[in-house]
Amino acid sequence: MTLDSPRREALVMAVFAVVILTMPLWMAPFGASYPDLLQKFAIYGIFAIGFNILFGLTGYLSFGHAAFLGVGSYAAMWSFKALSANVLPAVLGGVLISGLFAALIGYVCLRRSGIYFSILTLALAQMSYNMAYSVLTPITNGETGLKLTQTDARVFDQLAGVVPEAGLPSTSLFGLEMTGYPGFYFCAVALIGAFFVALRIFNSPFGLKLRAIKSNQTRLLYTGFNPKPHLWVAFILSGMYAGLAGALLVVTDPLAGAERMQWTASGEVVLMTILGGAGTLVGPLLGAGLIKYFENIFSSFNAQTLHDAFSFLPDFLENTLVFLISPFVGHGWHLTLGVLFMLVVIFLPGGLMEGIRRLTRLVKARRDRNSDPEGAAVVPPSSVEG
Amino acid sequence: MDALLLQVLNGLDKGGAYALIALGLTLVFGTLGVVNFAHGALFMLGAFCTVTLQKILGTSVRVRDESVTFFEAYKEVPYLVLWFGDAGKAVLQWVVPLSILLAIPVMMLIGLVMERGLIRHFYKRPHAEQILVTFGLAIVLQEIIKAMFGANPIPQVVPPIFSGSAEIGEWLGLGPGVSYPWWRLIYLAFSLSVVGAVFAFLQRTTYGMTVRAGMADRETVGLLGIDIENRFTLVFGLAAVVAGLAGVMYTPVLPPDYHMGMDFLVLSFVVVVVGGMGSLGGAVAAGFLLGIVQSFASMTFIKEILPGIDQIIIYLIAVGILLARPRGLMGRKGVMET
Repeated sequence: MTLDSPRREALVMAVFAVVILTMPLWMAPFGASYPDLLQKFAIYGIFAIGFNILFGLTGYLSFGHAAFLGVGSYAAMWSFKALSANVLPAVLGGVLISGLFAALIGYVCLRRSGIYFSILTLALAQMSYNMAYSVLTPITNGETGLKLTQTDARVFDQLAGVVPEAGLPSTSLFGLEMTGYPGFYFCAVALIGAFFVALRIFNSPFGLKLRAIKSNQTRLLYTGFNPKPHLWVAFILSGMYAGLAGALLVVTDPLAGAERMQWTASGEVVLMTILGGAGTLVGPLLGAGLIKYFENIFSSFNAQTLHDAFSFLPDFLENTLVFLISPFVGHGWHLTLGVLFMLVVIFLPGGLMEGIRRLTRLVKARRDRNSDPEGAAVVPPSSVEG
Repeated sequence: MDALLLQVLNGLDKGGAYALIALGLTLVFGTLGVVNFAHGALFMLGAFCTVTLQKILGTSVRVRDESVTFFEAYKEVPYLVLWFGDAGKAVLQWVVPLSILLAIPVMMLIGLVMERGLIRHFYKRPHAEQILVTFGLAIVLQEIIKAMFGANPIPQVVPPIFSGSAEIGEWLGLGPGVSYPWWRLIYLAFSLSVVGAVFAFLQRTTYGMTVRAGMADRETVGLLGIDIENRFTLVFGLAAVVAGLAGVMYTPVLPPDYHMGMDFLVLSFVVVVVGGMGSLGGAVAAGFLLGIVQSFASMTFIKEILPGIDQIIIYLIAVGILLARPRGLMGRKGVMET
């Protein structure tokens, strides 16, 4: 494992920033260039990148990350209600509070590893979800969820002499309303920052230690490292990423409910990370983008649109096709997701990034053989198969 | 005293469901070494065996309603009632117990297909991948059921002689007033007898003995010329049947819907962990125990002292146990200890 040079890092960051900031342009041909969806890409991208810091690097599979997302949302919401309609304190508060929460949960869960760790995180997250629904109703407003109201305190805004306008208050960055494209660009900047931190972690000695924990924890212990503090830091960091994502969800759409913390939501971020490729830097982002994109496309389909799409076929073929496909779209989108997920885990455990790597290797090997017939013998057959 | 008795009973029948699911989970884990996140889906599939049977038997036809004479009225009459009269009606009311007969072969088949088709290929892969693939399978199964039966719970009827309540208070000499639904008592008895049957199978038959030997040392059993893989496949089928039966009998208590499996799965995992990974007795004991604890925690006066405790008590216990006694109540040494 070689560490990237600072120059290469700067290049990667520049390319990444350009790609993310021009998303509204190059997503247009895919029919996905509207702010709501772009915001989702950025937010869930942050969530998945953070999850990957824990799962991808250390191999600790947490099934409770949605809890941190939810805590981040609630914290940001309270900052909007009690402090100010400005998004900066909300985002900071969300990240900090969920970091603290992750420190607590991580301290308990990291006592164990393997499936025990998965079950512990699952149990604690489910417990937080149940509490958000029942006991903590004064804070979380239970089933209804938190909303902004005209009568919220907003201490800072009052001190600054901001007069609340009529209608529902909205979130803003020093007067710039956080909906539509401004909202997306705010999320995009957060994503670029989050990506930079992840890149630094991946290329740092700390990241190497985390990878060492994944490959052989016992050996690491014998070399004199105590893996526990590193694991704890990784856990807290990924909790903070989840908190950031949760806060951004509230920034773009000021509404926080407990269903965001349910364990199916934790499952979703696992899906994103695995689909893209756990342990790679770009993979989780790719997975998050794809899942949100297809969720959007597929769930908008219904039997009628399918009939329209296949109307060029003979009637009986059209009807059979629609009958076969319709359970997978619309409300059945989760079925597609489940099937896709199983296929990826079974055939491509490394995710899409692994698939891309295999393909490039295959293409390269074939090209080498074509251009240089004698050199073909040098390529070992195993590398051709990947 | 009456209240205590009622809470214990309340806990026991819910605990019965936990115990049966956890028993299957532990069996699969002990034999195949696979953590099966799709086990809750098997519970749900069992419940939907009942729904399917109810739909098939209840197939109805529109006939003229003779009781209305002023105008032409129609009503839906199931064929069974049309053909067999009262006997048909009785069959419809007994659909839950009858579907046990359907559920056993169906669940066995589902279990065998699942093991041969999917789980078998994951023996050697990391636990994380086993969790992930069975999690995916659980989503797929639950979405298929949702596509077939819709998202709303489908209530089931209890056979007429078991509807109503048993006067438990009078049996025990506590005087009238303490009564408990018959069906829940039946469920408790049923879960105990299924647990008993599974234990008898494992402890008293040669087949079960071989399976236990395989759990302890798979390689040696294989060296003795016994095809242990085949037997483990059957054990997986058995676990599926147990989960399915738990689901069938639970339908009158909780109208089945597509996500009931997931709801029970999380709790069953907690049960397995508290009982001790790999310990069958521990799973059953912890199932009943946690059921009772949960029902006590939901008593009004306890909720007044500690609001919301009923929602989280099980998880708190699990966390406490895992930290203080990682092996669980009756866990064996060396199972999943890393």
